[in-house]
Amino acid sequence: MSVLTRSLVCQEAVELATEYLEGALPRRVRRAYERHLAACDGCDAYLDQVRAVLTATGRVGPEDLDQPTLDALVGLYRETRGVGT
Amino acid sequence: MDDEDLLEKVLVGDEGAFRELVGRYHTSLVRVARYHVESDAAAEDAAQDTWIAVLRGVHRFEGRSTFKTWLFKILVNRARTAGSRDRRQVPVDPTVVVPTVDASRFDARGAWADPPVPFTDLVERHLDDASVAASVHRAIRELPEPQQAVVTLRDVQGLSTYEVSALLGLSEGNVRVILHRGRARVRAALEDLARGGSR
Repeated sequence: MSVLTRSLVCQEAVELATEYLEGALPRRVRRAYERHLAACDGCDAYLDQVRAVLTATGRVGPEDLDQPTLDALVGLYRETRGVGT
Repeated sequence: MDDEDLLEKVLVGDEGAFRELVGRYHTSLVRVARYHVESDAAAEDAAQDTWIAVLRGVHRFEGRSTFKTWLFKILVNRARTAGSRDRRQVPVDPTVVVPTVDASRFDARGAWADPPVPFTDLVERHLDDASVAASVHRAIRELPEPQQAVVTLRDVQGLSTYEVSALLGLSEGNVRVILHRGRARVRAALEDLARGGSR
């Protein structure tokens, strides 16, 4: 694996961000990535952006239901309550 | 109120609790179902079937997992049964690196030509703005499968990578590769928003 034997370039480093955050990088690759981050503002910023994306995605939550879908589901609820239990 | 308490209320006839619960999960159920079935309509059906099964007590929640894991498990079982789509073999080859950042951002040596700037502060300051939510939601809606299902389960609903892999029948390595591609697209969408907003 080439990243083990030489230093990373940015274009390779960006592809490691998710596995890094997931704690899934092999130790030597993780070290190479961290060395790169320490020396590269762009890649450090990139990782920061990915972290911000995770925060944002978690915080904004799922998309709101549109009214027709909500109405249909509530209809389903009433129907099930009436017929079932 | 947590999901488990809501469910109890739902089962004794609290319609408000049901509205809250479907608000938390219905769109995500549809997004995940879409991985298994051919059409948006079939995905909507699978999600509705899931609620019917929950309401009729076909499956009883016994607290052995979280409510959400239990709910998505019901969905996946229903969608798989309904799905005519052949289960694709391996949707990704983790050994092949597909570039997730536009090549024009790098120079010939692979170093940044157009480097990103941190946008944590910006995004956090504007988290409650409709524009951030709209941008994230649109990006996720436009993700191809299986990225949409994986990002929804892992990042929107906060399931663990292990849970996602078990639900979708993918290896954890594949989940991470798919997640990486999906997140990269959401990142690009937020970067566009940040760049536009700071102009």
